Amino acid sequence: MAWLHTWSGLVVGWVLFAIFVTGTASYYRSDISRWMRPELSEEAPDPVAAATRAGVFLRKTMPDAAGWSVKLPNAEASVVEVYWWQNLDGPYHQALLDPLTGEPARVRDTRGGEFLYRFHFELSLPPIWGRWIVSGCAMILLIALISGIVTHRRIFADFFTFRRDKSVQRGWLDAHNVMGVLALPFHLMIVYTGLVTLSSMLMPWGVKAVYGDDLLRYYAEAGLAAPGAGPAGRPGVPLPLGEIVARASAAGGETPEMLMVTLPGDANATATAYFEEPHGLAHLHPQIVYAAGTGAELARVSEAGAATRTAAVMAGLHEAHFASAPLRLVFFLCGVMGAATVASGLVLWTVARAPKGADPDRFGLRLVRFLNLGTIAGLPVGLAAYFLANRLLPYGLEARADWEVRVFFAAWVAAALAAALYPRQRAWPIALGVAACAFLAIPLVDAVLVGQNRFLGFDAAMAAVGLALVAGSRLAARRRPAESRHGQPSLSRAAEA
Amino acid sequence: MSAHAVPTLADRLAVAGRVLLAAFGGYAVAALACAWLALILPGPRAEAVSAATLASFSIMAAAVIWVFAARTIARATLVLGAAALLLTVALWLAGGFRHGVAL
Repeated sequence: MAWLHTWSGLVVGWVLFAIFVTGTASYYRSDISRWMRPELSEEAPDPVAAATRAGVFLRKTMPDAAGWSVKLPNAEASVVEVYWWQNLDGPYHQALLDPLTGEPARVRDTRGGEFLYRFHFELSLPPIWGRWIVSGCAMILLIALISGIVTHRRIFADFFTFRRDKSVQRGWLDAHNVMGVLALPFHLMIVYTGLVTLSSMLMPWGVKAVYGDDLLRYYAEAGLAAPGAGPAGRPGVPLPLGEIVARASAAGGETPEMLMVTLPGDANATATAYFEEPHGLAHLHPQIVYAAGTGAELARVSEAGAATRTAAVMAGLHEAHFASAPLRLVFFLCGVMGAATVASGLVLWTVARAPKGADPDRFGLRLVRFLNLGTIAGLPVGLAAYFLANRLLPYGLEARADWEVRVFFAAWVAAALAAALYPRQRAWPIALGVAACAFLAIPLVDAVLVGQNRFLGFDAAMAAVGLALVAGSRLAARRRPAESRHGQPSLSRAAEA
Repeated sequence: MSAHAVPTLADRLAVAGRVLLAAFGGYAVAALACAWLALILPGPRAEAVSAATLASFSIMAAAVIWVFAARTIARATLVLGAAALLLTVALWLAGGFRHGVAL
């Protein structure tokens, strides 16, 4: 079982590292988005008036749409995010509206934290491809975790073992074990719940066996969605959307999170109010459906049963919407440990092979070493470049949001290729040093170009990441006297590996 | 599978075979079990579907682990094939093919 753990971990390790890093960053998705749109104010506007203005904008833009959705402003985001589409398969058009005018907000064009969130499970590939690849990696991680536990007979003793000075390989192995075991409940939870969140794509066979192709019926019976109405075929005019929001707020006890209007140009148009509730573990969205033309309540979503609720709790645990600031930090640190477990496992693979007389110039070993450097040290450079591009690219640049993404990938690839050219002994310290400098530059650039006090926390976090990378770089550069059995400076081997 | 021995072609083929068997055989067993459980679990049918879907990922993980833990690939194939066959029959008896579900 040990070789299964070693090889399954190696094959998907690089993708998993990227998934862990971007997923961990996504715990702070809305904070990242807010930082990347510094033009937006902090005040939460009136959701009723904002919804009405958004409805006017959408009627002007696409009166005969198949659907509109309006994400209402709240304490976390002061803009109104609207989507409209002619066809369920897309394309989905999106705009950020100023809640006070109902016109597109004057804000720099960026995908914000949404890009990292999407990358986490779609890898910037076409969604179907990206999701299947990520799911395959997740399944292999689940196998690697289980086989890792089986391999690990001394799991309790190793929990307290960190033989930093014994030998390089032992040190890396212990680091891998400590981080892997310490956050093991988190790792198992996050990978299983991740698979569950994509289960409608991965495992549709239960639904198919019982409901055939009538997926909506399953959602309605399970208590996940309210049943909709078919089109009337006659044109109709929806009420001002603020009216629906006011009714939904009164009926639901709080302002809905989102409003979805189906067939807004039809006499049978419905407006569904989604609430971010219950405020607990379960990621369920209570809904009330209104007739958009009259404002009459048509349906409410039914109560979800135990199994459906369990799935919702799993999705909730994965996304951690329920977590307040301290708990969110714990989730974040667990995510960092997940990334570190993957990274240390990848490095361990090369360290374990270097002293066994493997030819250091053999293609396989060189390839793994290159991919390790390019992923573990390269991805942070790409992330920092993404944030820096947000501040440095000109405000009115054509397709600015796409350029930010291009900068992310270009910086990542450049950092990876450069790392291949560094002298082998110094490659890790230099590569991590570059990433550290890139992160430390973020607060400086932000202070010069934007300089708002409310971003001090974000800038401090970026500086902390930079300092952590400095520490990593110094650790990789440190030389120690010979101590391995072979009488060679052990860390030079680690550096070689 | 020691790190020193150069793997022969037969070794490589056996590993490749296990990988393919684990991926496709494991998924097939999990999908069949998911469909069957969705039909036979008690309670409201939406609940049975949710529970079956939740369990299917554990079933796949267990099947994959079995494929790699089995002494020979032939044994792994035999057991996985028998499980798939039994599940297919059970699914057919439970009426799982009336919607034309094909794997």
